Amino acid sequence: MKSVAASFLMIVPAYVLMLGVATADDQVSRGKYLVTIAACNDCHTPLKLGPKGPEPDMSLMLSGHPESLQMPTAPSLPPGPWTSSFAATNTAWAGPWGVSFTANLTPDPETGLGRWTLRNFKDTIRSGRHLGRGRPILPPMPIPMYKQMTDADLEAVFAYLQTIPAISNRVPQPLPPPATGTAAATEH
Amino acid sequence: MFVPRHGGIISAMSFKVLMAAAITALAGMVFVVSAGAGPLPDRLSDTGLFVEGSTSEVRAGVLSFTPQYPLWSDGAIKRRWIYLPPGTFIDASRPSAWEFPRGTRLWKEFRLERRVETRFIERLADGSWRYATYIWSEDGQDAVLASGEGIASLTLNGTEPRQYSIPSELDCRACHEGPAVPVLGFSALQLSSDRDPLAVHAESLRADDVDLRKLIERGLVRNLPTSLIKTPPRISAASPTERAALGYLHGNCGQCHTNSSDASVPVDLQLAQDVTDPASTEKVLQSLRSSSSQFRLPGTTAAVPLVSPGASHNSALLIRMRSRDASVQMPPLGTAIPDSEGLALIARWIDQDKNPSTSRE
Repeated sequence: MKSVAASFLMIVPAYVLMLGVATADDQVSRGKYLVTIAACNDCHTPLKLGPKGPEPDMSLMLSGHPESLQMPTAPSLPPGPWTSSFAATNTAWAGPWGVSFTANLTPDPETGLGRWTLRNFKDTIRSGRHLGRGRPILPPMPIPMYKQMTDADLEAVFAYLQTIPAISNRVPQPLPPPATGTAAATEH
Repeated sequence: MFVPRHGGIISAMSFKVLMAAAITALAGMVFVVSAGAGPLPDRLSDTGLFVEGSTSEVRAGVLSFTPQYPLWSDGAIKRRWIYLPPGTFIDASRPSAWEFPRGTRLWKEFRLERRVETRFIERLADGSWRYATYIWSEDGQDAVLASGEGIASLTLNGTEPRQYSIPSELDCRACHEGPAVPVLGFSALQLSSDRDPLAVHAESLRADDVDLRKLIERGLVRNLPTSLIKTPPRISAASPTERAALGYLHGNCGQCHTNSSDASVPVDLQLAQDVTDPASTEKVLQSLRSSSSQFRLPGTTAAVPLVSPGASHNSALLIRMRSRDASVQMPPLGTAIPDSEGLALIARWIDQDKNPSTSRE
């Protein structure tokens, strides 16, 4: 009887531990799935020209606009229903809001999300403000849609993003629209 | 024996156990209901600010106060009140992070040509805080609860028509939940009787205002260190201008720039004063000197320092305070018009007090 109880006491914690690991793995897998179908790579992974046309450069997966790519002044658009233009990498966008650059979502502590907490991430998506308290997140980031994600989904996305390879890449901060004539900023 | 309707047989003992469990569960539900918050009232007049039937006469027990370093709100004239439940008090054991009792309520009224909105925060029974704002009708009869989404642009008619932004609940939390305690403007420094005569947009104390001394005398603030009772809190500074400048930065920027370890603020900058720390001012000044700024002017690659002593035009602090471009401006929310008086003060401080050729540092 004692040996049965002892075995039980050994097995249960091990099972609980395995369950915890499995749950964490499930969350990361779920996060990867969400990042994939929510098309995060479309803008946050620079495109390169492949044999069949533009394709995401997965060696720079989710690292945002390459800091080495200095963008020239955005082209002037002709009158008409054209509102924006974007870089060949799909990581820099110019429009009435100025110029926005897609963020580094990798866990690099200096230039990515490495120092972010889950709350920082959720506050950013929910509020549409950088870190939940700073400047507005600009187009084309579909905040109005992503802010509808459940807590569990946002937690899974963040969990996954913390597992991908860290890439040091300091993305410039947005440039204001020319009409405002005010200063631009880059900071982290 | 108890025979349930579906034919099962439960012993009398089991039945008692089940009943006890059910009663316990019900009691738990009652507790949850009583501990939770009811919905916010639809009208400001039902939040406990005014006497019954009035929207101007403040209820007895609701205390008016005026911080010495007010937050710039695009020129709005503001009034503020606090209510503490009877028999409760604020525990000031941590002088820079007062512990407010459950049931605390605060209101802040914003007036331009008329009353526009009154913001409301309340500490609930579970210790959490909730935030709301009430929008006044043009005739001033009452104010109604705004959507938690806020209003990006509310048209205000009058002799000077303008657009006005009602904050969302997330906007409220963005500012109020940065510091250790979400109550801003009601602290030992802000209510000190040693008020700064050069504070920008300073308002005179009203006859019915409470300050730190009155709160202590009435037992509404307790456990404040004796040293702060004997000597009311005051910002240590090399000059009156510096005192006012640091006070302005405390009141307008200190809610986010509390310390250098807050991950949600990307610049390692401390502008909040700590009344218990004799080195508080030096820490703020050191922070302004040493924090790395990545701020760049258009078309340049060199970062602009936070403060260039003697050169406010080359100080990111002032440039960002002056800007109202959404990606540059500071503070990032709550204002659409630069504060000319605040800018003048900070410029004077940087250009004169911090000028290396004249500075006493």
